[in-house]
Amino acid sequence: MGLTLVSRKDPLASSQVQLKRLAAVEACPPFEDMLAAAGLQPLHATGITIFQINVGKFCNQSCRHCHVDAGPERTEQMTRETAELCISALARTDIPTVDITGGAPELNPNFRWLVEQSRAMGRHVMDRCNLTVLLLKPQADLAEFLANNRVEVVASLPYFQSAQTDAQRGEGVFEKSIQAMRMLNRLGYGVEGSGLVLNLVHNPVGAFLPAKQDAAEAQFRRELLRRHGVVFNNLYTITNMPISRFLEFLIESGNYEGYMERLANAFNPVAAAGVMCRFTLSVGWDGTLYDCDFNQMLDLPLGNGAPRHIRDFDLAKLDTRRIVTANHCYGCTAGTGSSCGGTVA
Amino acid sequence: MDTYYHPHDLTKFAEMGKGNKELWDKFIGYYSAVFAAGALSEREKALIALGVAHAVQCPYCIDAYTQTCLEKGSNVEEMTEAVHVACAIRGGSSLVHGVQMRNVVDKLSM
Repeated sequence: MGLTLVSRKDPLASSQVQLKRLAAVEACPPFEDMLAAAGLQPLHATGITIFQINVGKFCNQSCRHCHVDAGPERTEQMTRETAELCISALARTDIPTVDITGGAPELNPNFRWLVEQSRAMGRHVMDRCNLTVLLLKPQADLAEFLANNRVEVVASLPYFQSAQTDAQRGEGVFEKSIQAMRMLNRLGYGVEGSGLVLNLVHNPVGAFLPAKQDAAEAQFRRELLRRHGVVFNNLYTITNMPISRFLEFLIESGNYEGYMERLANAFNPVAAAGVMCRFTLSVGWDGTLYDCDFNQMLDLPLGNGAPRHIRDFDLAKLDTRRIVTANHCYGCTAGTGSSCGGTVA
Repeated sequence: MDTYYHPHDLTKFAEMGKGNKELWDKFIGYYSAVFAAGALSEREKALIALGVAHAVQCPYCIDAYTQTCLEKGSNVEEMTEAVHVACAIRGGSSLVHGVQMRNVVDKLSM
């Protein structure tokens, strides 16, 4: 039996079950009421600057907090045909940034093609990397490929110690992650003046909010250099979203109601105004369009008349589309806010 | 079995403002200023608060500042050391009063 909800046939593998659970939290009002009180309802996009492509759910890891429910046994992968539709849509825009995620996006056979095509159009490319993928034998040339294409690596590392990191991401992941960081550092990633950017992502290892981003970045920079001799550029703090495997953890540990109450009590209108869905388009592995990667995992595609598939891409309609929201959105608006690029307020 | 302490009472803390809003506002303003970053970081102040919470043995404070310490990026090793600091001071405080005991013994003894 695998570690994913799907392989365990857990009821929470169903997005409908998750949405029902999210809608029935006593401690927090409907998210839309909070948006209305902040003068933001209905929430609209403000132009797309990030074209995020989720190329599939296949991953060499099975992290306990994964909002994708990704893992080695997942088979959903973006095909070349859908990847071509993405590049074709991108070519009709001047969206500056392509953000490739998964699963482990590098394990999709079309990953490198997507990178090369995006770079050939002069777009900035981000790879959401779990670090350990760089040590897989068939990926021996991956780090050099990323460096040669000047890809920004956004790497997950929840803590600067093994106990916490391994508790979230799996036994032995911390040591491998440090090895991978050393490999990237040797190529110039994270090294001042190289132009090769290595950013880290910190998710809390448990049912609490992340530290302030600047304080956490300083702490990680000091401790990773002192303990392991590795460097990076920026650290992004991301709040764990109460969906999928993190939702399972919250329920099983008896923390669900408390965590949701914590998120709702920390609702910040400034963070809500700056949420990433307002400037991101998220493309699923099968070409379906979403406001963000979280909506994607909850099977909440674009609504309100916006195109729903990459083959129907229409920038004018997407630029100002109405955003689809539900109670999981509290995860992006708590405290200083949370996005794929860290805090927003 | 009922108990004087209920975890959900922690969220009612602000109700203390209903009896005397002026004093509550002064307290909460002072409290917020104390925990803002200054010569010490917010993380360091939270660790001190955790130690003090154990010294005064306040379950509300222990609950709140355990969570705050985690949210400020501290780990369980650091938090355990903060509790040991509280323990050492409490224990030391008892022990150092043994000097008074010795003074009395000296005075009364031949």
